[in-house]
Amino acid sequence: MAWFLIAFPLLAAVLAFAKASGRFRVRLLPVTGALHLAALVLALVLGRYAQSGVEAWLGLDPLGSWGLLVISVLFCICACYAPAYLALRPERDNRVFTASFLAFLGLASLLAMAHHPGLVWVAMETTTLATAPLIYFNHNRRSIEATWKYLIIGSVGIALALLGTLFLAYAAKLGGLEEPLFFTRLMERGASLSRPWLRAGFVLALVGYGTKMGLAPLHTWKPDAYGESPGVIGALLAGGVTTCAFLALLRIFAVMAAAGELAFARKLMLGMGLLSMLWAAVFMVRQLDIRRLLAYSSVEHMGILAFGIGVGGRAVVFALFHLAANALVKGVLFMSAGNINRSYASKRLPYVTGAIRRTPVSGWLFFLGFLAITGTPPFAPFISEFNIAAAALARPSLWAGAAFLVLLAGIFLAMGDTVVQVVFGTPPADRVRTPYRDTLATTAPLLVALGLAVTLGLWLPAPVGAMIHSAANLVEGQP
Amino acid sequence: MLTDLLIALIVLTNFAMAVTSRINKAIQTAVVQGVLLGLLPLAMGLGRHPHILLMVASTVAVKGWLIPHLFRRATRRLKTPREVSPIGGFTASLVMCAVGTGLAVLLAGNLPLAPGSRLTLFVPASLSTLLTGFILLIFRRKALTQVVGYLVLENGVYLFGLMLVEEMPLLVEAGILLDLFVGIFIMGIVINHITAAFDSMDTRHLAELKD
Repeated sequence: MAWFLIAFPLLAAVLAFAKASGRFRVRLLPVTGALHLAALVLALVLGRYAQSGVEAWLGLDPLGSWGLLVISVLFCICACYAPAYLALRPERDNRVFTASFLAFLGLASLLAMAHHPGLVWVAMETTTLATAPLIYFNHNRRSIEATWKYLIIGSVGIALALLGTLFLAYAAKLGGLEEPLFFTRLMERGASLSRPWLRAGFVLALVGYGTKMGLAPLHTWKPDAYGESPGVIGALLAGGVTTCAFLALLRIFAVMAAAGELAFARKLMLGMGLLSMLWAAVFMVRQLDIRRLLAYSSVEHMGILAFGIGVGGRAVVFALFHLAANALVKGVLFMSAGNINRSYASKRLPYVTGAIRRTPVSGWLFFLGFLAITGTPPFAPFISEFNIAAAALARPSLWAGAAFLVLLAGIFLAMGDTVVQVVFGTPPADRVRTPYRDTLATTAPLLVALGLAVTLGLWLPAPVGAMIHSAANLVEGQP
Repeated sequence: MLTDLLIALIVLTNFAMAVTSRINKAIQTAVVQGVLLGLLPLAMGLGRHPHILLMVASTVAVKGWLIPHLFRRATRRLKTPREVSPIGGFTASLVMCAVGTGLAVLLAGNLPLAPGSRLTLFVPASLSTLLTGFILLIFRRKALTQVVGYLVLENGVYLFGLMLVEEMPLLVEAGILLDLFVGIFIMGIVINHITAAFDSMDTRHLAELKD
């Protein structure tokens, strides 16, 4: 099954690249997404995860399963939206777009299932390379600049993550462990790893994979890349690629935890988390570009994830839950913002105002998405943000919890200022109206995503809950 | 002994790159550094393992032939001046490179080596190469020199990886090398697009997106 989840999307990507017919390629997207999700759910229901034994390179453990489930659902939603988007852009050839889009899913599966730090690194780097052409889809000066920054900053970050991975391997060598260094073995023998190398390795991995996640101050590529790529790609990057990087970081965090360095690792995560939220809050104030606003919101939510892991205990469960909440709602926000931008042929205030009258469905979806992401009940992010805050107030300190809550409130106000103008303002009379209208194809996938976010906010299926709990135990070093 | 000599040469290429004014020279130096790195396992006396011989051959092929080939393709179409356009001058770069090497030696002193390891120069040399890569990335304006910086950074990581060369699974090594190659290939494509769109590969043009 592991092989199918990786190879099937990659084969679809090759097929999309080789096949001349644009319509065939476009149809391949939702079909691949649906089959991948079905195969993954089947594998999970049959309980095939963690069965492949300690010595296997690939397999579905609880952490990887949960991450991949989030990615696969988000991919499915994006892949159902993408054909409608590509139909609106008939002037652009979709060959590279569809191939890169599909390749991402295969590489994300490889990353989620890899049990070896080197293989995780290879998957992460390849994901960066595969997604770069997606950012360049518009082929203009601004998108070149965004792609260049994404490639260079991402590659440098990922090179540091490789050094961190090698440090980890050297720590294991000094501890008398032999290759292949699967995560399970590193965790079992955690106590014997060399401390200085392990700590240095974790710091490098945090910087490296943190760059890919977009934790401040390593997020500088993010507003550009999310701002200049199509909305559906923004959704895939903000919910998919970041989830991949977070998984890669958590794997090394788990080794730290098993080695008895939990306090050190938590402190770093907590600091990076709060810094990211603060940084995002500052740049969200009076942000006129709605896509850059969403990018800073993504920086904020990566901060929330890191913060939750840093708090530890119960907050880890909700940080993992937040992965899904963030991915679904970011999907709604990026794609509805994409629809609104298309109707106005702009993504900036003061040109984009009164979306609720021009594109009522997208306007409402964007507004509800804003309410959801800032932690309004009954949406899923409320559950995770509330519980992480509650856990933080109890431990490590009242101060961390209070800072978290103050930042959330500040971000709500800063983001709300722009969003309310975009959604409820008076539509500019002099602005030309493009032929774009909301259709079923450009809104139905978003309704599904928002519906899932509400569902997760009210009810979590018991097997999924159990999976998240065992994933959280794994992150905290108890395999 | 031969290992130490090669490592000294690698550190010297770092300094050479910090002061090189021509893009072509910078690329050549980075390629020489890559080949020296590729041959290092032979100097370490590991030539008897077939998987290491395979790795030496593929590294030298990628770093000494494929990557320069990609660079040549990227520079051929260039009509713009071929200077590297440093920020803050060459002396500043050289001083930073020297300070970086000093810091690398200090930092490496805090990290214990495997008992009986003779590879005492590897950690400081690898960190120094890494920092040189950073200097080239930050203080050069041309897109192509930034790629050279990335290549040097990657060389630094590779040098550290050689300390683990006997243990590392071939699958992982091959993946790393392939990613480096594909990464530079894609960067080359983007550079071509930058040159076409702006008629120059000066990254100062890439400053439209900001808050």
